[in-house]
Order: sequence, then C-alpha cells, then structure tokens
Amino acid sequence: MTVFLAILVGGLFGFVLHRVGAGNPQNLINMLRLQDLHLAKVILLAIGFSSLILFALLATGMINEAHIDIKAAYTGVIIGGLIFGIGFAIAGYCPGTCLVGVGSGHKDALVFIFGGLLGAILYTLSYGGLVDAFPAIFSNLAGGEVSVANTGAEFSGLSGSLPAFAVAGAIAIVFMLGAWMLPKRFNI
Amino acid sequence: MQQIQWGWLKGGLVLGAVFLLAVILVKPIGVSSQFVIFDGIIWNMFSDDVVQVDETSQSGYSSKNAYLDKNGGKYAENIENPWNYGFIFVLAMIGGGVLSVVLQKPKISEEDKSAPKVFRESGHGNRYLVAFTGGVLVLYGARLAGGCTSGHMMSGMMQTSLSGYLFAAGVFGAGIPVAIFFYRKSAKGAQ
Repeated sequence: MTVFLAILVGGLFGFVLHRVGAGNPQNLINMLRLQDLHLAKVILLAIGFSSLILFALLATGMINEAHIDIKAAYTGVIIGGLIFGIGFAIAGYCPGTCLVGVGSGHKDALVFIFGGLLGAILYTLSYGGLVDAFPAIFSNLAGGEVSVANTGAEFSGLSGSLPAFAVAGAIAIVFMLGAWMLPKRFNI
Repeated sequence: MQQIQWGWLKGGLVLGAVFLLAVILVKPIGVSSQFVIFDGIIWNMFSDDVVQVDETSQSGYSSKNAYLDKNGGKYAENIENPWNYGFIFVLAMIGGGVLSVVLQKPKISEEDKSAPKVFRESGHGNRYLVAFTGGVLVLYGARLAGGCTSGHMMSGMMQTSLSGYLFAAGVFGAGIPVAIFFYRKSAKGAQ
C-alpha cells in the first residue's frame, strides 16, 4: 500500500510540476529575475488553496491530525535558505524540479543532481562539526516546531486560542489574492 | 519550441490539490532528504560501519555519522531499507515527468536540453559547471535548513509553519538579487 501511494502521489507530483513548467530552468530563472512571474502565481495559488482546504478539513475533523508535520524553525533555516537561493538562482533547479527536468530530457538537470548529491554528502560529513562550532544556529526559534495557525496536532500555534480556520483562512486569502494580482512580469 | 503549459489558475489549483492529497493520504511532500539517503546507500556499499543495527536506538539502527544518526537513526534506517515511501516517491516523480513529456506533442529542442535560452544568452561559459555548482549549494542549503522548496516552502506554508516562511524569505532574499545580477544583460558584454 505504501509503495502504491508513493508511486501515485510521486508520479502525480512529477507530472503536475512538469505541466506547470517547473521542470524547465528557463522558467525558474526568469521567475527569480522577475521577468516571468507565471510560476510565482502558480506557487502562491497552490499554497493558498491547499492551506484553505487543509484547515477546513482539520476544523471538521476530516483529516488524520497525525499526518500534520511541522518542521522546526531555527537560524539555520534562514542561512540554509540563503545558500539555497544562490544555487537556485544560477542553476534554475530545486531538489524536486531537477528530477522532473531529468525526466523531461534536460541534461543539465542530471548534472545538477550530481552536484546535489555532493552537496548532501558534504553536509552529512560537516554536520557534526557545524553543531560543535555553531550550536546557536541550531537552537529553536519561537519554540521550533510551531505554526502560525493552531493545527490541533502535537504542535503549538503562535496565534494561541484564535480559531485556526480563521487565521489560516486569512493567510490563504492573502496568498490567493497575491497570485491573482501579481502581474505576469515587472518592467525593470 | 515551448512546452505546452497549464495557465497559473489551473496549474495552481492542481498543484495545490496534489500537496493536499499527499497530506490527506500519507504525509506532507518533501524531497531533499532523499539526496542524503541516496548518498548513504552508496556509502553503505563501500563501508561496513556506516549503518549498524542498534537495539538501543529508536529506529533500530545507528550510524557513526552524527547526521545519519540524528532523530533516533531515522536516516540510517532508511539507508538500510531504501524501498520506503520517501525514496519510491522521488523515483516516481521522474516517471511523472517522463509521462508528461511523452503525452505532449512539441518536444524540447536539443539546445534547450543542455542549457536554457536565458543561460545561452548570458554569455556565462559552461552551463554544466554552473548547474553542478548550483546543485552543491542548493542541497547543502536545503539540508542545513532541514527542507527544500517542497517540504519547507510548499508543505510548510500550507500548514502555516513558521519555518516555511523563514525558508522562503531566505530563498527569495538571496535568489532574486543573485538571478537579476547573474543573468543581467551586460553580463554578455563582459565575457
């Protein structure tokens, strides 16, 4: 069953990423250059829409809360994001879209994956030393595994006792409005 | 030739539905940790002591490497038993990309397969060198952050995770200025 679900959801994800144009580095580079915001609109709408439905399902108890998985917030998330952003900008691939890129015949995506495998092993080997040298970048921010809207699962919500669906719904609307209002490109 | 693309409305709704489907059926989508698992599988082929059976560890496995040993040896366990959800998921993603290409009529041009147009026009010499360097930075950064565009940005912000917003701020904070500078029109003249 697990294998079947992995093939179903993974296959769908790969297919859809390709259909929205995310397997093509041209589109990702031009999104970051603010020359073609198609993918930014797709991402904003996808996050807003999925979040709205997710919190509606949580509010009505129609989803297994154990499936919620909030990752920890620590300074390393921001530093890692900055390093990620530099590589993402020059290559035009991220860890998911490079797989779709390879599937759709982009040879530079395969080269990116080899680079990624080197980056991952470098991190694996340097992790112990990083924790010893800079423990502060791994210490939790605002409690670590927290979300803004309360998911009701084992994780705590920053908005306290405010109704989660209202908080998440408001954020979701901002994302969807952003997707709708963002122009196709900026003239810079 | 350009590939046939879905518009942002259809694309956003369907992509959102896939992230939702994943969390309803199994768990939020994440990709970048599987690069560590793949490396670990290779490492394990050449080393007898990278992953060890350990009754005292939460997963039943431990590693001499601090990162693979993290979270009760979770990575060590997945390296020893790679045919699990996360690893098959990423392999299936490649298949999904292949299927989408097979079903569409216009094919990618040979020159687009090696380097996107924006790169060819930039005047930066070797696309493969840039793609490789990008890959090193992206996966090093993703592992330091504990997730990538899928896990932190999409799945994370879907759940309103604080970490998702922080990661997105970092990625776009660096990515936008670097992309504008690296692919600026004058770069061509400079080379």
